[in-house]
Amino acid sequence: MATLLSIVTRRAPARLRSVASAVSSQIRHISTTPLDLTCGRVPLVHIRSQEANISPSDAPTMIDEQKELQSLARAFADKEFAPKMQEWDENQHFPIDVLRKGAELGFGGLYTREDVGGSGLGRLETSVIFEALATGDVSTTAYISIHNMCAWMIDVFGSEEQRQKYLPKLTSMENFASYCLTEPGAGSDAAGLSTTAVKKGSHYVLNGSKAFISGGGSSDIYVIMARTGGIGPKGISCFIVEKGFKGLSFGKKENKLGWNSQPTRAVIMEDCEVPAENLVGAEGQGFSIAMKGLNGGRINIGSCSLGAAQASIEAAIEHVKVRKQFNQALANFQNTQFKLADMATSLLSSRLMVRQAARMLDQNHPDVASYCAMAKLHSTDECFKICDDSMQLHGGYGYLKDYKVNVYFRDSRVHRILEGTNEVMRMVASRALLSE
Amino acid sequence: MSSNLRILVACKRVVDYAVKIRVNAAGSAVETANVKHSMNPFDEIGTEQAIQIKEALAKNKGNADVVVVSCGPAKAQETLRTALAMGADRAIHVESDEELQPLAVAKLLKAVVEKEKPDIVILGKQAIDDDSNQTGQMLAGLLNWPQATFASKVELAEKAMTVTREIDGGVETIKTPLPAILTTDLRLNVPRYASLPNIMKAKKKPLAKLTVAELGVDVKPRLETLKVAEPPKRQGGKLVESVDDLVDKLKNEAKVL
Repeated sequence: MATLLSIVTRRAPARLRSVASAVSSQIRHISTTPLDLTCGRVPLVHIRSQEANISPSDAPTMIDEQKELQSLARAFADKEFAPKMQEWDENQHFPIDVLRKGAELGFGGLYTREDVGGSGLGRLETSVIFEALATGDVSTTAYISIHNMCAWMIDVFGSEEQRQKYLPKLTSMENFASYCLTEPGAGSDAAGLSTTAVKKGSHYVLNGSKAFISGGGSSDIYVIMARTGGIGPKGISCFIVEKGFKGLSFGKKENKLGWNSQPTRAVIMEDCEVPAENLVGAEGQGFSIAMKGLNGGRINIGSCSLGAAQASIEAAIEHVKVRKQFNQALANFQNTQFKLADMATSLLSSRLMVRQAARMLDQNHPDVASYCAMAKLHSTDECFKICDDSMQLHGGYGYLKDYKVNVYFRDSRVHRILEGTNEVMRMVASRALLSE
Repeated sequence: MSSNLRILVACKRVVDYAVKIRVNAAGSAVETANVKHSMNPFDEIGTEQAIQIKEALAKNKGNADVVVVSCGPAKAQETLRTALAMGADRAIHVESDEELQPLAVAKLLKAVVEKEKPDIVILGKQAIDDDSNQTGQMLAGLLNWPQATFASKVELAEKAMTVTREIDGGVETIKTPLPAILTTDLRLNVPRYASLPNIMKAKKKPLAKLTVAELGVDVKPRLETLKVAEPPKRQGGKLVESVDDLVDKLKNEAKVL
C-alpha cells in the first residue's frame, strides 16, 4: 500500500493565528467606496485599500465611526452567527440567547432613541450593520431587522407611555416583536386588509388573522394593523398587542425554504381585547405608519441581501482558488474571472442604491418611497442572482448542505417576495414616474 | 483592595491577525500599505483586564482611571478609539512616524508613566507584528519596577497583586507590590465587543497628543534590519513504495528518526 508522506518538517510561521478574540476566517472585502451620488454624506467603505479611496471632502471622523460599527458587526457575525448558521437552518432554531447577546451591543434598537435603550443610529449606519451581520446569517439578521422596525414604529409614532412601557424591553430583546400587516386575503393589496378593530368602552376588540408573521408565536409584542374605519388605507389603525392578551392565538409553525432560524406563524385574533391606550398614533393613521415602517424595512431587507451576496462572493473566491479542474485552479479560467467581476459589479451597484436610499431616509427626502422601492427591487434581485452564481461556481458542492452558499441562496430568495414583492416595488416606482 | 487606582494600558496598532502577510518588494519589511490593521490582540486583552479591574472596584465604590497609550503614526488614534469604545477613560497618543523599536517604546512609556504616575502598567506580552516580547520587561527595567509577565490570572489586594504566570511546563503564582508592570498572556480573559453606543461615545472621550520631542526621548533605532524574507514554500507530499522506503526517507531526508 502506498503511503502518503510529507517530508517537509518546517514549522508553521510563528505569527499568531488564533487569539481569544479572533475571528477564524480571513475576510476578503469586495466592497468599495461608493461614489457620492447626490446626498453628500460620507461614503461607507470596507475594503483593504480604503485609505486610498476616500474622497478628501468627506469628514474623516464619520468614516472612522462607521467603519468601527461595521467592523464590530462583522466580528459579531463571524464569531456568533457564521459558525451556527447551518445548524440553526437545519434545526429551525430561533437563537434567542445570541439575539440577546447582540442586543447587549445595541442591535435590538439600532435606530431607536437612546433614552429607552436604543443605539440612536441613522439608517445608513443601520444598513451597514445589517449587511455585515447578514454575512454571518441572513435569516437571523432579517429577524433582527423586523424587530428593529417594530421598535422604531413605537418610538416614533407611539405615546410617551407606550415608549416607556415597551421599548426598554424591546431594545434589550428581553421581549421580541413582530410586524403584522399581511393577511391571507391581503398581501400586495395591503390596504385591502380585513382585520377589524371595534371600540367597546376602554377596549378595542380585534377580529381577523395575519399571515406569514415572522416571529409569530415566539414574539411577545405584535404591532398589528386593523381596520377601525371604512374601506381603503384611511380606515386602518395600528395597535400594540401583547402575547398574553385574551383572544390572541397562533397558527402552526410554517415549513419554509429558507429563513429557518426564525419561526413563521399566522397570528389569529378572535374577539381579542386590546386596551384603548395601545392604539399607536391616531385612528386612521395605521396605514401611513405601516408604509413608513416599510420604507426602512425595504432598506433593511436590501441590506440583508447585500450581506448574503458579499458572503457568497467571499465563499466563491475561496472555492475557485482551491478547486482544480483540467490541472489548474478554477480561478485561472477567464470564465471564472469574468463571472466574479460581474458578481462584484452587481453587488456594488446594489450597495450604492441601498445606501443612497438609506441616506435619503435619514434626510426625510420627499422621493424616499420610490428610491427605497427601486433599491429593494434591484438589490434583492441582483444579490439573489449573485448567490445563484456563487452556487454555480461551486459546482456540485454548492448544492450540498455541507457548504454555506445554499443557505444564502435559500434565505435571500424570499427577499424578492416580502416587505412588498418586487412587483409591488415596480408599482411604487412607476407610480412616482407617472404621477403629475 | 485599593479603592482608587490608575492603570496605564499600552496599545499597539498592528497588521490584523487575519491578514495574510507579505514581504514588501524591497525585502526590507512586511508590507503594511493598504493592509487592514487592528489592535494587537494581547493589548486588547490588556485593555479588557483594566476595564474588568475598573468594574470590580466600582462595585466597592472604588474607581480605576484607565488610560490607554499608543506610540506611532496618526493612525494609532484609531486603535486608541477602539480601546476607548471598550471602556477606557482617556487616551494618550505619542505621535511618531519614525520606526519605534522596543527600547524606544519602553523609554517613551517611561516618560508617560512619570507624567501619569499609574499604579499598574499593562502591556501585551508581545505584539503580533514583530513578536519581540521585550517592551514590558524593558519598561520594568527602566523604571526599576517589579514585573509580572505572561499573566493568565490577576488578583488585586491592598497595594499588591497576585499574578498567575504561564511558564514552560506549568503556571507560577507570584505576588508583587504596586506599582508594577503586568504583561498579558492569551488566556487572561476574553475581550468584550465594544457596544454601538460606546463606539459613538468614544469619540467624545479625551485623547491627548504628545510628541517624542516633548517627552525628550531618543528613539533612534539600535538595531538594523538587514533582510526580511518569506519562509520557503511548502513542498507537496511524496508517494513512497514501501515501508522500507518510508523509513529511509524519514531517516535520511526528513531526518526525524
